[in-house]
Amino acid sequence: MRTIFRPARLLLNLSVLLMAFFILGPILWLAAHAFVSGWQYPHLYPSGFTFTWWSKVFMDSALKTAIKNSLILSPIVVLLSMVICLPAAYAAGRMNYWGRKVFMIGIFSANSFPKIGLFAAIATLYYTLNLMGTFVGVLIIQLLGTIIYMTWIPAAAFASVPRNLEEAARDAGASKFRVFRTITLRMAMPGILVAIVMSFLASFDEAQGSYLVGAPAIYTMPTEMYSLVQNYPIQVAAVFSILLALPSVLLLGLARKHIMGGQLADGFQLK
Amino acid sequence: MNTKDDMGLELRGLNKILGGRVIIDDLDLSVAKGEMVSLLGPSGCGKTTTLRMIAGFLPVDSGQIMVAGRDVTALGPDKRPSAMVFQNYALWPHMTASKNVAFPLKIKGLSKIEIKEKVEAALELVNLLHHKDSRPGQISGGEQQRVALARALVQEPDILLLDEPLSNLDAKLREKVREDIRELQRRLGITTVIVTHDQEEALSISDRVAVMNSGRIEQFSTPQDLYRQPQTEYVATFIGSLNRFEGNLQDGQIHGGTDVIGIRPEDLTIANEPLEGSHPGIVELVIPRGHFFEVVVRRQDGLFRAFTNENVPTFGEHVHVKIKKALRYQNGKLVA
Repeated sequence: MRTIFRPARLLLNLSVLLMAFFILGPILWLAAHAFVSGWQYPHLYPSGFTFTWWSKVFMDSALKTAIKNSLILSPIVVLLSMVICLPAAYAAGRMNYWGRKVFMIGIFSANSFPKIGLFAAIATLYYTLNLMGTFVGVLIIQLLGTIIYMTWIPAAAFASVPRNLEEAARDAGASKFRVFRTITLRMAMPGILVAIVMSFLASFDEAQGSYLVGAPAIYTMPTEMYSLVQNYPIQVAAVFSILLALPSVLLLGLARKHIMGGQLADGFQLK
Repeated sequence: MNTKDDMGLELRGLNKILGGRVIIDDLDLSVAKGEMVSLLGPSGCGKTTTLRMIAGFLPVDSGQIMVAGRDVTALGPDKRPSAMVFQNYALWPHMTASKNVAFPLKIKGLSKIEIKEKVEAALELVNLLHHKDSRPGQISGGEQQRVALARALVQEPDILLLDEPLSNLDAKLREKVREDIRELQRRLGITTVIVTHDQEEALSISDRVAVMNSGRIEQFSTPQDLYRQPQTEYVATFIGSLNRFEGNLQDGQIHGGTDVIGIRPEDLTIANEPLEGSHPGIVELVIPRGHFFEVVVRRQDGLFRAFTNENVPTFGEHVHVKIKKALRYQNGKLVA
């Protein structure tokens, strides 16, 4: 087959490349800096490759504690968020009750205020409740940030499960609970998975509130970044950034495989 | 009068009000075992509501539903001995065809071997064994419908409910599936209620047809009777074509009066010469309909629509139309 020169096609490819560079550029810059001993203007090439920054991070007890805190906090936050929000999401998605819309918009509007003001108000409350600088305090702050994801996305997922798929299961002899378990929940699962990923990332990346409420007693990976930027060489920050991004990338990769490639995709016609 | 064994479905005095509107109005219906019955009517006549009440998805306001001699009115859909094929099939997209069919058996708690046997038999019945590992999204609409049918039949229900089963299929396939369903229903001898708004479908598939209108059954009889002896003016106009005139029929002529005269197009004879009591007119339209012709004749105060396949006149020809047989209605009811 002869290839035909198509200017539109070329333009498209060029803009895709440009966009990829725009998105990936900073990450490439970070990745490069995590492995170089020094790379500063006016030198065109880095002065040498090294793993010292990685060992520095893993030797530093403050950084290690921050990693540990983040890895413990976020899963607990997501689990708690699921327990609290999923029933609410089901109710909002499937039932029609007085004040449903106000409730859903209310959840949304909490996110429309400047967060820092909200956190300051919470901080004064925390002082009286003795939650400042505690694990539970940070947990609650991060939990608040996940609520919008864990209610809105699953609510839409529950609402989009066709009723007659449930009726068909009832007709086939399944009890209401069994229908919920095998049909409703199963079909809403892609939405719930997305909500889990978003909530995890929201919790894992939350810095403002966690810093205000947690520091100096509790540091998480993002709040540790503040002191990193000020007190460590730039390469350590690069290493730490990569570590911070790793769970997000892994999670998104997993979710993509499960949501887009799995059998669940059939139900949502996304392929 | 019925022994318990030959009872199919019985609806007694069903009522349903939804949103302040009477949807079902004191409805009675009696379906014999092994019979195939259509609920036919325009949208909003209550046919789907009736089906959903039989299946148990909608509670009745009052009345009784008996299936195979058992009162099921108070039972939920999971406890009723009925199985439904939904209009859009309602297959579970995350399960393969055989998983879909196996679901009701799994709930019954059958053993794995039994389930496998029955599922394969059911899929074989609808000629779909080769698609047992396909998911609904991977097969055509007609195949999905057969999976839905297999899922209903595998439950060995006392009564099979079909909600507009052919409406999502294209015209060619519709006829074939219609025949397939009928053949299967006859072979299994399963009591079946089918909801449809398509009169051709209802007339060709059913033993008896219940024509519904605003929550009531206008007439419940065989397709032939429905066409030849429509008991109400509503049924006469709803089923097939009808020449409708207001007035009284005397010696083949229509005079002023309060009756309604209905004449089927094939009950008109077209002749070149005047016959006794015939109406003179001019041919306005001749439409070939395949095995017959539809002829529209204009007379002094109206139109005659006739079906004929002999002596087909041509456009503009002067002809004489004679009424062979007419239906007479007073206050909407047939008068003998």
